[in-house]
Amino acid sequence: MSQELTGVAASPGVASAEVLVLEGEVEYEERTIEDTAGEKKRLKDAIAKSKKQLEKIKAKVKREIGDQKAQIFAAHLKAVEDPELIKAVETKIDQEQINAEAGVDQAIEEFASRLEALDNEYMQERAGDFRDVGSRILKNLLGLNTVSLAELDKEVILVARDLAPSDTAQIDKELVQGFATAVGSRTSHTAIMARSMEIPAVVGATGILDDIETGDQMIVDGLDGTVIVNPSDAELAEYEEKAEEYAQRKKRLAELKELPAETTDGHQVELVANIGTPADIPGAQDNGAEGIGLYRSEFLYMDRDSLPTEEEQFEAYKEVAEKIDGPIVIRTMDIGGDKELPYLDMPEEMNPFLGYRAIRMCLDKPEIFKVQLRAILRASAYGQVKIMYPMISAVEQLREANQILAEVKEELREENIAFDEDLEVGMMIEVPAAAMVADILAKEADFFSIGTNDLIQYTTATDRMNEQIADLYQPFHPALLRMIKRVVDAAHEEGKWAGMCGEMAGDKRLAPFLLGVGLDEFSMSAVSIPEVKDQIRNMSLEEAEELAEEALSCETAQEVREVLSN
Amino acid sequence: MKKDTVVIPNETGLHARPASMLVDEASSYESEVKIEYEGQEVNAKSIMGVMSLGISQDAEIVVQADGQDEKEAVAAIVELVSEGFGEE
Repeated sequence: MSQELTGVAASPGVASAEVLVLEGEVEYEERTIEDTAGEKKRLKDAIAKSKKQLEKIKAKVKREIGDQKAQIFAAHLKAVEDPELIKAVETKIDQEQINAEAGVDQAIEEFASRLEALDNEYMQERAGDFRDVGSRILKNLLGLNTVSLAELDKEVILVARDLAPSDTAQIDKELVQGFATAVGSRTSHTAIMARSMEIPAVVGATGILDDIETGDQMIVDGLDGTVIVNPSDAELAEYEEKAEEYAQRKKRLAELKELPAETTDGHQVELVANIGTPADIPGAQDNGAEGIGLYRSEFLYMDRDSLPTEEEQFEAYKEVAEKIDGPIVIRTMDIGGDKELPYLDMPEEMNPFLGYRAIRMCLDKPEIFKVQLRAILRASAYGQVKIMYPMISAVEQLREANQILAEVKEELREENIAFDEDLEVGMMIEVPAAAMVADILAKEADFFSIGTNDLIQYTTATDRMNEQIADLYQPFHPALLRMIKRVVDAAHEEGKWAGMCGEMAGDKRLAPFLLGVGLDEFSMSAVSIPEVKDQIRNMSLEEAEELAEEALSCETAQEVREVLSN
Repeated sequence: MKKDTVVIPNETGLHARPASMLVDEASSYESEVKIEYEGQEVNAKSIMGVMSLGISQDAEIVVQADGQDEKEAVAAIVELVSEGFGEE
């Protein structure tokens, strides 16, 4: 019988395929064995098999994703053949007469807990890698499937508690038809990645792991946020129809690709895309993005063992600059908050979102910041690059950052290295304090981009990952609307432009309001561009202004929502 | 038996990549090779052993080898470590 679950619609589209459940604990029985030689032979065979699998994955990842990611599997390969691990398991088999499964599990746990006991976050996280290796050997001992994302050979829907960045990095878009996870929200990593890869996804579907097995059939409806396990023929037919409708709508919207985002009375705005890596460029182009409004440079710093060099960063920025025919706003690294760099060994904080992150860290570690600024400046010789600082809360920070930038520019001039002398330097408005002094900041910043994900979180004092208070995380809150208007007005007062790069910019319900308060640039997940463009092309600026005024006079979020849904 | 001490210059200490390189180097010798750090001794051919020491920047480690090619093993590992494993 089919079973329906509800979660958060995280990435649009409808998919139906076989389920692949990721991770989960491997269960085994601890037994006393007589034939210790035979047990050691089983261990040897399982290790040989694991080694073969890892070599295959490593080769595939190296070929399709790159050397950097393949390194992870090179380390796994070394662990699987670790002489001390093998010795430890063999000793347990010989002396305690336990089966190989129990031996492997206990030995891995001993090594992993030793790593976890170290006073170093990076090393603590490596315990997870060792456990991965242990679970692979265990599965091979038990004759279970060991499907790795990198070695998929058929269409699947991934089901997991949550997906880690290292999982999503290995995903083959042709084969992975959808995601369904037990935890998460619209702004969690999995949701953002699903949208950027244009894979239908439902996150936060509580209970999804309770009664599901690899091989079950599943429908993921990323439009409504529902998941159906083992659907009936009737349900399948219904969803096929829905998928077809969605495809038709997408096709119609695709026809808007070359058309400008212009209202019926001729007011034009800029619709640009948010990207994380150069791999997101084709998606941005296919959806008709006129440029990049947010290039999240922190992805260059993540999932690796050390800081990226100037050359590595330069190559990535240059690639985007050369491929995009339009403005490219590169946000300097926004590390901290929910994005940590284990190799920098940052201290654990009580409130990471209110802590040592983004520009705060960059101003404290100018040696790291300068490397990035040099790389961005060098790339500015190849396209319309702009720099944007995240998390600015006071004008002093903007001045200090600009001072460092001026020093880097001077160094480049002395070295005769080309860069765009007129490059625009702007900042994000994501802290309420910055919104309140936008008039002061507008005198010294070339542009603003409103980062609504954090701005909502800070303005409403609501942790956006906390599901219990999710309803307080409210984009329609009158406070947000007023703040947005204030920021746009402050920018225009100084003859500067104002954009928005948070999720709100891609919410078509809000487009008329944003248009009405005079927002100049809308930056969003590429998939949202056609819908927002359709909305803008079907209304006049005059209508939008009236609507905005009405929304601004509302007292509650509910009233705002009603005004905007008319 | 041959032994020598060396200091880790890498900013991030002996994280995955340098640890892998060290294990590779040690594994290419016949001799038994060990790393000693803060009173703990591990097999240098074991990635789990080497990483479990949690060696950070500026740590002083003892490299020791016992076997036919002990001299070459210690010299090569000390050189690899002192040059920061080819990182910047």
